[in-house]
Amino acid sequence: MYLAKVIVTKKASILDPQGETIKNALQNLDFKKIDDVKQGSYFEVKIDADNQEKADQITNSICKELLVNQNMESYKFSLEEV
Amino acid sequence: MNFGIISFPGSNCDWDLYYAIKDELNESCKMISSDETNLDEFDVILIPGGFSYGDYLRSGAIGSLASAMQAVKKIAKEGKIIIGICNGFQILTESNLLPGSLMVNEQPEFISKWQNLKVENNQTIFSNKFKKNQIVKMPIAHGEGNYYCDEETLKELESNHQIVFRYEDNPNGSVNDIAGITNKEGNILGMMPHPERAVETILGGIDGLTLFQSLKNTNSEVIK
Amino acid sequence: MIEEKMKYSPEDIKTKKLYLDMGLTQEEYDIISKKLLNRLPNYTEIGLYSGMWSEHCSYKNSKPVLKKFWTDGSRVIQGPGEGAGVLDIGDDQAIVFKAESHNHPSFVEPYEGAATGVGGIIRDIFSMGAKPIASLDSLRFGSLTNTKNKYLLNKVVAGIAGYGNCIGIPTVGGEIEFDDSYNGNPLVNVMCIGLMNQADIKQGKATGNNNSIIYVGAKTGRDGINGASFASSQFSENEDNDRSAVQVGDPFMEKLLVDACLEINRDFSDDLVGIQDMGAAGLVSSSAEMAAKDNSGIKINLDLVPQRELGMSPYEIMLSESQERMLLCVKDGAEQNILDVFKKYNLEAVIIGKVNENSQYCLTMNDQVVCDIPTRSLVDDVPTYTHELVKPERLINPDTSFDFEVENPYETLNNLLSQPTISSKKSVYQQYDSRVQTNTVVDSGSDAAVVRIRGTKKALAMTTDCNSNYVYLDPYQGGQIAVAEAARNIIASGGTPIGITNCLNFGNPDNSESYFELEESVKGISDVCQKIDAPVIGGNVSLYNETDDHSIKPTPMIGMVGLIEDNKNIITQDAKGSDELVYLIGDTFDDYSGSEIQKMLVNKITGELNHFDVNQEINNQELVKDVIKKSLVKSVHDLSEGGLGVALTELLQKNELGFKGQVDLTKKQLFSETQSRFLISIDSAKQSEFEAIMKNSANLIGKTNDIELVDLELSDGKLLGNMMDLKKSWEEGLTCLMK
Repeated sequence: MYLAKVIVTKKASILDPQGETIKNALQNLDFKKIDDVKQGSYFEVKIDADNQEKADQITNSICKELLVNQNMESYKFSLEEV
Repeated sequence: MNFGIISFPGSNCDWDLYYAIKDELNESCKMISSDETNLDEFDVILIPGGFSYGDYLRSGAIGSLASAMQAVKKIAKEGKIIIGICNGFQILTESNLLPGSLMVNEQPEFISKWQNLKVENNQTIFSNKFKKNQIVKMPIAHGEGNYYCDEETLKELESNHQIVFRYEDNPNGSVNDIAGITNKEGNILGMMPHPERAVETILGGIDGLTLFQSLKNTNSEVIK
Repeated sequence: MIEEKMKYSPEDIKTKKLYLDMGLTQEEYDIISKKLLNRLPNYTEIGLYSGMWSEHCSYKNSKPVLKKFWTDGSRVIQGPGEGAGVLDIGDDQAIVFKAESHNHPSFVEPYEGAATGVGGIIRDIFSMGAKPIASLDSLRFGSLTNTKNKYLLNKVVAGIAGYGNCIGIPTVGGEIEFDDSYNGNPLVNVMCIGLMNQADIKQGKATGNNNSIIYVGAKTGRDGINGASFASSQFSENEDNDRSAVQVGDPFMEKLLVDACLEINRDFSDDLVGIQDMGAAGLVSSSAEMAAKDNSGIKINLDLVPQRELGMSPYEIMLSESQERMLLCVKDGAEQNILDVFKKYNLEAVIIGKVNENSQYCLTMNDQVVCDIPTRSLVDDVPTYTHELVKPERLINPDTSFDFEVENPYETLNNLLSQPTISSKKSVYQQYDSRVQTNTVVDSGSDAAVVRIRGTKKALAMTTDCNSNYVYLDPYQGGQIAVAEAARNIIASGGTPIGITNCLNFGNPDNSESYFELEESVKGISDVCQKIDAPVIGGNVSLYNETDDHSIKPTPMIGMVGLIEDNKNIITQDAKGSDELVYLIGDTFDDYSGSEIQKMLVNKITGELNHFDVNQEINNQELVKDVIKKSLVKSVHDLSEGGLGVALTELLQKNELGFKGQVDLTKKQLFSETQSRFLISIDSAKQSEFEAIMKNSANLIGKTNDIELVDLELSDGKLLGNMMDLKKSWEEGLTCLMK
């Protein structure tokens, strides 16, 4: 069994109004050193795969087919055996 | 009575409330910036619906950090009346002035319609012009109105009679059909339905006006 | 890739014919280089021409047709040509409205495509100086048996809700139609209505030597670069991977922009020379159009334009379609007043350039001139194209073979009610906040939406309409009917039509049959508009709606606004209780071509349109207006898709009433879609007064009751069955298909 931890964020060229607004709020809270905030989503997915390679493949597929809107978002993930 | 309405960037029901109070309730009313730090001149503070700061991060989360909310906390302690409607309710829970939180609707879609409510407690300063168990009608319009709190809090809300309105035919999955609650002291009301949208017959109903009129009812007493 | 292209010299552009990839033709390039500039344009310049000379910005293909619209009328303050048209509604007030399509972006990325469509049209309204008070959405999708179409519907609706609800403008109505011709090419048309004092009207104009150009709103990024020329080309299934970055809407930012711009218009009106939204072709179209109005020169320093990404080229900065940006022209010396207001709203505003008197459009970056061309060449020197008109074969030799039998009219009606185009759209409009601003009197689900004007007795009725099946069978008559039906909706709500906007959604104009459809339907629309005194005050053209050479049905969407002088005359489509007398107004013939019953039975639209008489239509509308004004009616409903059977169900369903009556029509005619008809219910005490006015035009067909049974005697049978089952079919038709 593998645990995939997937992080999805907006692609660099896509406007992220949420991140922008949170950044402003943090700066208003006097965190002056905050330079940039990106908001994304995080998923933990348990995968019953025989080996790491298969788990890797499955994770890529679920990202492309559902978790990620490839028009606007990019993703990265890590896999660990559990 | 002196009403103040806090207008946050992204509030969009602030002027609706203003017209309801000024033109229908005929009370004095003032718009307040969310940067305001002193609210001592007001008897009632209204926190309007909308999408404060776009509701980015979590509904009401950034709004609860505004200076005016610090001032609200101060006058709330002094027993002044606070009403948060829709996004205002979310801001009040994010500010910990009311217990629980508002989650995404059970059916994760925005829902906008006329909604029947049951007046659960008519002994509050907000509801004393209603009859107990009266069915009233007000619009709802929210994507995150699914009220949630833990078992213990829920028991407390029930036993302290803090639940003012319950939904008939629960539209969003709220625990115990909760549509509106007060704090333990009874001077802060948070509710998802929009009373300010039900203040004229031409708009479809006036049950919301009855809520505001309750505030003026001289016999009203803050519940224990 | 774009940086690479920047390395291209003017000579490279010429020899490699790079302008062809940007959508300019050889002839257009020759006009630019030989006639307008007398030199070879550089990469930035040719990029600007490609955006400005696209169909989307220049209307070069549709202009000759659009000129045929009737745009006069006593109420017109501003006709087509500005951000939106303006009509006088008396008491020194005016309304502004316009509709716009966002079809292509909504196919590529449905949530953001629809959301940014809403955002764009709202900017057109408040840039005229008006407060946006309502919006409507006219949507078309392919059949819901296709999962992709379900996905598109869900996401488009969520996008409209996400943007409209957040910004606090009530979404009060619209329409949704399903047809296979929209597979791969959905239509998303958004209409917005604004209200203002006549004194506050603003234009998109940059004039006056040394006045400042101020940029405000979101930063410019690489999103939707040259979307305008993108929108002016056909879809292809293979294009999936060749997407320019999708635009993301930020309704929170736009809310601040609306409030700030309206405050500036109120408090610093004299300092504000002009204001315009950065829509299609972004910064170049707004600045060039503003300057061209007075043949001003303009000089912009691109280093000052707020940018979200590093290393953007002049081409990218000028043609980016990043959302929530406005361009203002402000009097020299008064800039600080304006900047202060924006600062209060936490909006980034920057002076990026100056107006001058040399009539040149000049851009600099890193102290270098990157563009220097005559301002007007971008806007006014676009060649226009007239196209060959060829009448499609289906219109020359129409297939009139369609016929059908109705055995059990109740069963047929029950099936018809669950068809997606007919069934209730409640599951959709329940996602829209229709009551914010607390002026909505009638929202989605009646013939037209009604919004009262606070502080007056007046109200506005508004609707969107188009039956593309009719336009497909007869573009001229279909165009006429689109306006007539919109007017019927307005009348049935208690209003008088005062003007229209439109979205002309058609196929590729190079296809002579598509162009024929466009030209003919515009004539039809215009003719009826003139007859009912509802001028065309603006609109939008969306051509190239086809996927892999398969064109959509011609869809000239009409957005109409009506004025209700006294809000006591506001009326809805549902009978209010039992014992109301129900009348059918207008004659019924055997009109099944293009009807919903035809579509349901054979899934094909064929035949000829008959029996539409615009004078009869106007006569019936005037009678209905009269009885409403005299307060003789309880409800008024217009007959449209599905005919009498469907209209009767809709009349009864809300208050769960029954009906008993008799009408001299056949079972088939229960489903005829003859135009110019209404259903009216009245209090029986008003019978003689009502009939005295209506005379032969109204036919008493029965009475409402409370036994939940529909019982209508027909000349060759009977419509008989449970009302609640009909209601259920109507209510659940769409939701069942979406599961």
